[in-house]
Amino acid sequence: MKPAPFHWHAPTTLAEAAALLAEYAPQDGRVLAGGQSLLPAMALRIARPPHLVDINRVAGLDLLEVVDGVLRIGAVVRHAAFLREAAPGPLGALLAAVARHIAHWPIRQRGTFCGSLCHADPAAEWPLVAAVLDAVMVAHSLRGDRRIAAAAFQRGLLDTALEPDELLRAVELPLLAADARFGFEEVSRRAGDFAQAMALAVLRRGPDGRVTEARLGLGGVEPAPRRFPQAEAMLRGAIPDAALIDAAAHSVAQAAQPMEDEGYRRALTRTVVQRALLQACA
Amino acid sequence: MSEHAVTLRVNGIAHRLQLPARRSLADALRDGCGLTGTHLGCEHGVCGACTVLLDGVPVRACLMLAVQAEGAEIRTVEGLAQGATLHPLQQAFIDHHALQCGFCTPGFLMLAVAMLEEDPDMPEAEMVHRLSSNLCRCTGYANILKAVQAAAAAMAR
Ligand SMILES: Cc1cc2nc3c(=O)[nH]c(=O)nc-3n(C[C@H](O)[C@H](O)[C@H](O)COP(=O)(O)OP(=O)(O)OC[C@H]3O[C@@H](n4cnc5c(N)ncnc54)[C@H](O)[C@@H]3O)c2cc1C
Ligand code: FES
Ligand code: FES
Repeated sequence: MKPAPFHWHAPTTLAEAAALLAEYAPQDGRVLAGGQSLLPAMALRIARPPHLVDINRVAGLDLLEVVDGVLRIGAVVRHAAFLREAAPGPLGALLAAVARHIAHWPIRQRGTFCGSLCHADPAAEWPLVAAVLDAVMVAHSLRGDRRIAAAAFQRGLLDTALEPDELLRAVELPLLAADARFGFEEVSRRAGDFAQAMALAVLRRGPDGRVTEARLGLGGVEPAPRRFPQAEAMLRGAIPDAALIDAAAHSVAQAAQPMEDEGYRRALTRTVVQRALLQACA
Repeated sequence: MSEHAVTLRVNGIAHRLQLPARRSLADALRDGCGLTGTHLGCEHGVCGACTVLLDGVPVRACLMLAVQAEGAEIRTVEGLAQGATLHPLQQAFIDHHALQCGFCTPGFLMLAVAMLEEDPDMPEAEMVHRLSSNLCRCTGYANILKAVQAAAAAMAR
């Protein structure tokens, strides 16, 4: 189908975009970024925003840069920007590995990292990355900038901490230490589909093989992706052998609260967490 | 609702159009420019029949507004043949039976053009990954892959 009629606004500065959002957000005006989630929803008439504030021409929002050990991702940086390593060290490799799982190649040319976080689909990949790596979201409105921790950002299914008049201007991801190792595993029905379950593990280990830092997250199963502190604590200080990895995966599968297909999703959870940890230990 | 004057540059030719903001790039190409080679299947990003190149990269023309394409170089299937000479990919699709009904073909051709322009020596596994972007209900994909490989070989000569 075709979207319902709307007014299109194409600001070229952040100040203009914030002013337009202040004016139109109360009338259900929305930000248009890559359009790869919003335009399908409008074509299906699930969404009928009367105003779109298109941020694609706003100067400066396409910046992707490393400043003081942090990768700063501007609001219109596309998924495709991460297919080639966009950051030094393991972070660049991690983002490149994950980006290949997001939708299809042409959709990755338009869809944005920040748009994916704002859309907050429980099965989207970037929100899991943001949760596991403790990203910081930088929201902007006429009131100025507001920094939001990843754990407080995605509140649930398609629900974030953003106010209607706020624009997510950038996301900050801390670089990973050179000795960090990651594992990412996803199960989806077809290539390019959203995940039925996915896990991301990032480990650092000392010279004796003991885990010094553990980050472990699950997406696609609960309404929002999150870390599992209990399983992370099991890994920390230990040498991760097959038995410990299985125990940690079991612990995540037990703690998870699947939205649907409970038995199947728990089994899948155990599998993806186990595989992600094995990759991170390889 | 907002109406806009837009100039679309398609296959090197400027088309001046007056259209509402909600008009997709795909509909503007078909109805505004008269270029009906770009097909519309699902109109919500799933099938890839509408794939065109925007400044050299493939996009879903149903998931872009025509007003957003102002200033970009757009390439569609109509721009592939040089006069009576088909593009090597078009010829390879015929030679390798990479189409039956042909509905998906313009999208696959533009996808494959972008693939081979990015990497003329693309490994098979990567070709399969990229081709999984679009749907074909007839061929079963194997012949599409064969055609793209044959075109890559022909273009290397
Ligand atoms: C066929 C298909 C398959 C897909 N598969 C996957 C997949 O496997 N994994 C995956 O993660 N995604 C998938 N997607 C979605 C895609 O990744 C989208 O690009 C992404 O979800 C949204 O980003 P966008 O820039 O396109 O946002 P838009 O569609 O422009 O916007 C989405 C929502 O976020 C809001 N928004 C966007 N940017 C901002 C901002 N900076 N500040 C405030 N609000 C904002 C909009 O108002 C809107 O409500 C798929 C899409 C399609 C069509
Ligand atoms: S018509 Fe555009 S993807 Fe199906
Ligand atoms: S040839 Fe019929 S859909 Fe592909």
